[in-house]
Amino acid sequence: MDMKVKQKKLNLKDRYNLMTRDLDWEPSYQKKSDIFPYLAYEGIKIHDWSKFEDPFRLTMDAYWKYQAEKEKKLYAIIDAFNQNNGHLQVTDARYINALKLFLTGVSPLEYMAHRGFAHVGRQLGGAGPRVACLMQSLDEIRHSQTQIHSMSNYNKFYNGFQNFRHQHDRVWYLSVPKSFFDDAVTAGPFEFMVSIGFAFEYVLTNLLFVPFVSGAAYNGDMAAMAFGFSAQSDEARHMTLGLEMIKFILEQDPDNLPIVQRWIDKWFWRGYRVLTLVAMMMDYMLPKRVMSWKEAWETYAEQNGGALFADLARYGITVPAGWTQACKDKDHISHQAWATFYNYGAAAPFHTWTPSESEMEWLSAKYPDTFDKYYRPRFEHWAKEAAEGKRFYNTTLPMLCQTCQIPMVFTEPDDPTKIAYRESDYSGMKYHFCSDGCKGIFDHEPEKYIQAWMPVHQIYQGNCFTPEADPSAPDFNPLAEVLKWYRMEMGRDNLDFEGSQDQKNFKAWRDLATAN
Amino acid sequence: MSNVFIAFQRNEETRSIVDAILADNPEAVVNMQPAMVRIDAPNTMVIRRSTVEEQMGRPFDLQELHVNLITLTGHIDETEDEFTLSWKH
Repeated sequence: MDMKVKQKKLNLKDRYNLMTRDLDWEPSYQKKSDIFPYLAYEGIKIHDWSKFEDPFRLTMDAYWKYQAEKEKKLYAIIDAFNQNNGHLQVTDARYINALKLFLTGVSPLEYMAHRGFAHVGRQLGGAGPRVACLMQSLDEIRHSQTQIHSMSNYNKFYNGFQNFRHQHDRVWYLSVPKSFFDDAVTAGPFEFMVSIGFAFEYVLTNLLFVPFVSGAAYNGDMAAMAFGFSAQSDEARHMTLGLEMIKFILEQDPDNLPIVQRWIDKWFWRGYRVLTLVAMMMDYMLPKRVMSWKEAWETYAEQNGGALFADLARYGITVPAGWTQACKDKDHISHQAWATFYNYGAAAPFHTWTPSESEMEWLSAKYPDTFDKYYRPRFEHWAKEAAEGKRFYNTTLPMLCQTCQIPMVFTEPDDPTKIAYRESDYSGMKYHFCSDGCKGIFDHEPEKYIQAWMPVHQIYQGNCFTPEADPSAPDFNPLAEVLKWYRMEMGRDNLDFEGSQDQKNFKAWRDLATAN
Repeated sequence: MSNVFIAFQRNEETRSIVDAILADNPEAVVNMQPAMVRIDAPNTMVIRRSTVEEQMGRPFDLQELHVNLITLTGHIDETEDEFTLSWKH
């Protein structure tokens, strides 16, 4: 007699194996090295790709199901926010400038991450990481789409959003995040996994998408809250992929350790430098603050990052070379960055301001050792000048660090009154750096970084004007011409928040929304 | 020893998940922040499907965690019945 055996549902492990490794095959008429041509030249040795396993064991069928649910939730919140004129519910229109910075500085990076993972996911030799990279590639394009979609609502009402993609490739400070990703996608597949999977996801996205996005919610921006948290739930998988890749590479061969350590040193420092923008967004651009940059750094970098490095110690990994300095800098970088944007507020497509007295009190309380001593006097001086009708705008261009491309504004780790300068000679040229970290990165791969597109150099060489510009004209105004090339409108998209069209409109609309 | 943590969006669904975590992890500490909730625990944290189901009053697939998850830290070990975060040092 035939017995009907009840078919058992596959468990998570078996399903994962069937849906990843079992989709792979051994090539019969092509050499593996021809199919995966980028696996050898970085020096990483992998002996058994089947040892890689995604601990989430997410397969494509489950991925579609949960991503679809996340997407529905996200668009429901965005629609509700837009229908309800949510932009008038934010604390203050100053907040919206943080979104302008986000849209120009971060969303195009999501798109680059999509491209990077689509490429690397094709190039890695194992089915497990290829499937995980495919999911990450899809996640990243979703992030750039949801961010652009969320912020498009603000673009209907406020200035500065309209040319974000054009500006990402041109505006001076956007070369900082752009060069970070350009550096990563032009590396080999293993370095890309360490740079983006590890440094960007673990170090950067937790600080951007957790405390800053919680701050966005605190300031009434449900649209940014929705895309931010929805993105970060993917990042949790991405961080895991980065960490699993590092562990996998280290377990495969002891020769891999020094290569991985160098990448960790490099990409921690590069990621940390990009984070300067987030530090400033948290301390200066959220009218209602959720936590200081210093507190966020202590929680997400020192505590959680510290735990991660303590864990990787069993493989011989040590904390990144710049770690000690980064932990010292937490008292300084947000103030130094905001002062820089205040200086160059005529050349950035968002508004800047001096902090109000109550904001300075908050900063004094959060930064008792540094704010009153080093930074408050400068902001008070600028506020006084502005009140006298002499708002300070810097009209010269700063020297940039050849590696991170940030203006040379950071101070020595142990002396906040002294600007840090480092230099290297290479092929008869002198190159300048903001820190030991950036100099070390350059010295190891000078041929890569001498090719950097440095905005200030390009402006001085005359490469940042529209074709109609005539530098020989007697009334030629270089700043005005550069802004034209950026597609920024002088006096509308830039300058102080006080007196701006955004400020006036927000007040007028909010008054209408609360009166009959 | 280090803390592991997990953070969720603050909503009705995650209220049950947070309660389940607290029931199964006596040393866990909850930290409420605008729109999010973070739970820290020394060294290890376990999320049990059965406890979440009791709290929610409906069947729950642990992979549903992805829907409201914000971020986490630690090594992950996931089965049908338990989702565990831990450090190995």
